Amino acid sequence: MYELTINGKKHKLDVDGTMPLLWVLRDVVGLTGTKFGCGKSLCGACTVHLDGTPVRSCIAPISSVAGKSITTIEGLSPNGDHPVQKAWLEENVPQCGYCQAGQIMSAAALLEQNKNPSDSDIDLAMSGNMCRCGTYYRIRKAIKRAAELGRGGTR
Amino acid sequence: MTRPDFEEVLSVLYPDPDGGDRGVASTTEAMDRRTFLRISSVAGGGLLIAVSLPGCKSGQGDDKTAGNKDKNDKNTPTPVESEPLPTEPFEANAFVEIKPDNSATITVAKSEMGQGVRTTLAMIIAEELDLDWSKVVPQTAPTNPKKYGRQTTGGSASVRTGWKPLREAGARARAMLVAAAAQKLQVDAKSLKTDNGHVIHADSGRKLTYGSLTEIAAEQSVPETVVLKDAKEFKLLGKEHIGIDAADIVQGKATYGIDIRMPNMLFASIERTPVFGGKVKSFKADAAFTVAGVKKVVEVPATGPMANVHSGVAVIAETTWAAMQGRAKLDIQWDQGPHAKESSAGYRTAMERFVGGKGKELVNRLGNPDKVLAKAKGVVRARYDVPFIAHSTMEPMNCTAEVKGDRCLIRGPIQTPDLAPGPVGKALGIPPENVEVQISLLGGGFGRRLNLDYVVEAALVAKHVDVPVQVVWTREDDMTHDFYRPMAMHAIEASLDKDGYPEAWRHRMTTPAIRATIDPNAKDHGVSESNGASDMLYRVPNRSCEYTYLPSGVTRGWWRAVHTTHTTFAVESFIDELAEKAGKDPYEYRMHLIDELTVDRPKPNKEFPWDPARLKGVLKLAAEKAGWGKTMPKGRAMGIACGIDHLSYAAVVIELSTASGKPLIHRVVCAADCGPVLNPNGGRAQLEGGLVQGLSAALKEKITIVGGRVQQNNFDSYSILRINEAPTVIETHFANTDAHPTGLGEPSVPPTAPALANAIYRATGKRPRSLPIDLAIL
Repeated sequence: MYELTINGKKHKLDVDGTMPLLWVLRDVVGLTGTKFGCGKSLCGACTVHLDGTPVRSCIAPISSVAGKSITTIEGLSPNGDHPVQKAWLEENVPQCGYCQAGQIMSAAALLEQNKNPSDSDIDLAMSGNMCRCGTYYRIRKAIKRAAELGRGGTR
Repeated sequence: MTRPDFEEVLSVLYPDPDGGDRGVASTTEAMDRRTFLRISSVAGGGLLIAVSLPGCKSGQGDDKTAGNKDKNDKNTPTPVESEPLPTEPFEANAFVEIKPDNSATITVAKSEMGQGVRTTLAMIIAEELDLDWSKVVPQTAPTNPKKYGRQTTGGSASVRTGWKPLREAGARARAMLVAAAAQKLQVDAKSLKTDNGHVIHADSGRKLTYGSLTEIAAEQSVPETVVLKDAKEFKLLGKEHIGIDAADIVQGKATYGIDIRMPNMLFASIERTPVFGGKVKSFKADAAFTVAGVKKVVEVPATGPMANVHSGVAVIAETTWAAMQGRAKLDIQWDQGPHAKESSAGYRTAMERFVGGKGKELVNRLGNPDKVLAKAKGVVRARYDVPFIAHSTMEPMNCTAEVKGDRCLIRGPIQTPDLAPGPVGKALGIPPENVEVQISLLGGGFGRRLNLDYVVEAALVAKHVDVPVQVVWTREDDMTHDFYRPMAMHAIEASLDKDGYPEAWRHRMTTPAIRATIDPNAKDHGVSESNGASDMLYRVPNRSCEYTYLPSGVTRGWWRAVHTTHTTFAVESFIDELAEKAGKDPYEYRMHLIDELTVDRPKPNKEFPWDPARLKGVLKLAAEKAGWGKTMPKGRAMGIACGIDHLSYAAVVIELSTASGKPLIHRVVCAADCGPVLNPNGGRAQLEGGLVQGLSAALKEKITIVGGRVQQNNFDSYSILRINEAPTVIETHFANTDAHPTGLGEPSVPPTAPALANAIYRATGKRPRSLPIDLAIL
């Protein structure tokens, strides 16, 4: 039995300790917003926040995150109005959208640490998140826009 | 004049009972076919508008309205020709439901995979209907081939085929709402106008919502003629819109195939033959059952073409993870099959031999290039080659199936839902009409999900249990069992006249043809495989294209833009080489040579003749916007390339410099002509995505075969472009011609690789002729 907090709610989970957090979220808890992409921490689609830090949930065994607090895309903001989510809509970033939960979680974590990221800060924080539709150009713009929104800026 | 290749594919996928050619002819005929429309009231007071889109059924249409096409294409307010109500059973595949609260749901039977089809098609109908866009909600259609007909999404065809019928349907429904308001207000319909979901009587200042008119509107007869809006009157089309699903996506609420959840469902993971064409000889499953949650282990039989399900063993369990863990404990003995000795190196040797001599198929010929080349001095010769590449959609293949008795429900991320019942029914031994298919959002498609292997496979697993089963492919499964963009090799030879322009051009190419994967008996592969080469628009008085088919056990498929991903690389690199030899500017050289297609491929498409002026138009626009010809510091240069793909035109200019052995891309400029741009924001996104995917293929992607199996298996061994490698400046421009609208999902891909290679050559003097570009040559 593992206890952890997911999006502010406490969960007691009776699962194999080796089961990665990703599959616990998707198949046991029923939160499918976090996506499976590679299973090897190579693509970033499964990114969630673990006590505020972005982690790849596909390689994090549930036993290693017991007692911790997890935030998924479903819990990033109460009404989908996190500055990153707002900026993502303003820039119309998503195409197929499958990787975007991971992109948004990585971007939100970046902006938490760095209110005004440079291009190379963005490269560093986001290069672990792949997008096959090729939305990188808009992701970069949206992160800068989210930074503005986070600082109270308007367009 | 060349018909789009995808239509050829469809003609294979949709067997024609008459044995005739149902390629583009039937689709374009269908486009001129009269719109079928039914309007009825629904329980709760709403109004349901049902539209029968073309391509749903064969044999419905005729050519009577063909004369209207040109007029309508120019968006002039043209009365649509009168038509009788349908006499055949009505089969709608697009619906608009206007509700009493004035909200509207729009259901279009197309698969959304990031190309924006749900947004664009809804915009077309909402435009003519004057709906309140803020209250439009998209819905995914259930799939039933009998009811909905052809729903396959691909070949950049959705806008092209939906444009006219959706506009007509919207205009007719609008006219009925106006008639209803006229009846209610006791005024002449001509005194009424519509806006944002309302009918307005300006004289009296009265305003009625559509939602309040639904019952009376349903009683009106469908008008025989309607007037379509002039493009100047458009309120939605041509304006900036974000994706209709974007708000759900950014909140993690969008449902992809892998997110489908059903009561009591189980999950499965399949160990498939690692060698193409291999088969399970025997297996031991005891160890798999030691994993908690594993329920059942079943063998999955190979189906052969067309579905191409691989032989394998499936572990069915309570969670995806348990299924994967159980699968890892399987002990399987494999029969390696007939392809176990095939390799990329072996293919390459054969390909070099093929292009070194006369091709087996002569695709087309003009004049006598052999004779001219034999006599010419200073023949320019070059070879280009590309490897197999994978689609690598971010959502790995998956499908959910439930088999109950002689019925099957399929739910998943599918590009060809209407094609699924046939092969699923065949695999299960049940009638196709007993197979229901529901599509989810697709986490990327790029052509991968046109093949139905993963759908049929899910049904073959689900038949062993009495609950729904979701088969989830790992990334390794997805990468090693894709339908790859084929390897290709091109050898081109040309001689120049005294002015430096090509006098003769002989193009010899070879591929393991895509079509042979689904139809091993198909012949004449050269016709479709040479799309982009045999039908290029450069004026050469003596030219030929020869093709040789390379057999291979590797499954091949349609990868975004398909054949032009390699033919355009070869042609656009070679034309640059000729310009270089002639001492001319590569942009001017192209502009001078682009001309009418003087020698066609067989089976031409007469509905969408290629227009050299449009190709020149995008080339000029891209060159102008990029500042082609400006002086640049040493080591910095631009490369240019253009092409036609899926009936749309595009040109790309890439500006780069090389530092520490790597190309540093400063700027990518793309110009495209797809006719009117219906949603510029979504259109730009498609071009941007195509440029990035094109760069990824040009710089990084390569699948290699050894021992009949794929060597790469995840994003560590097969890398795709990441944000730190992607261009930070991308500029996209539209020609906005008044041609019939065509797609934007694919045309920016083909010119990208040659523009990059040409830029590298101009910056370094070293010409890449092989993809992915070997950076060691820099």
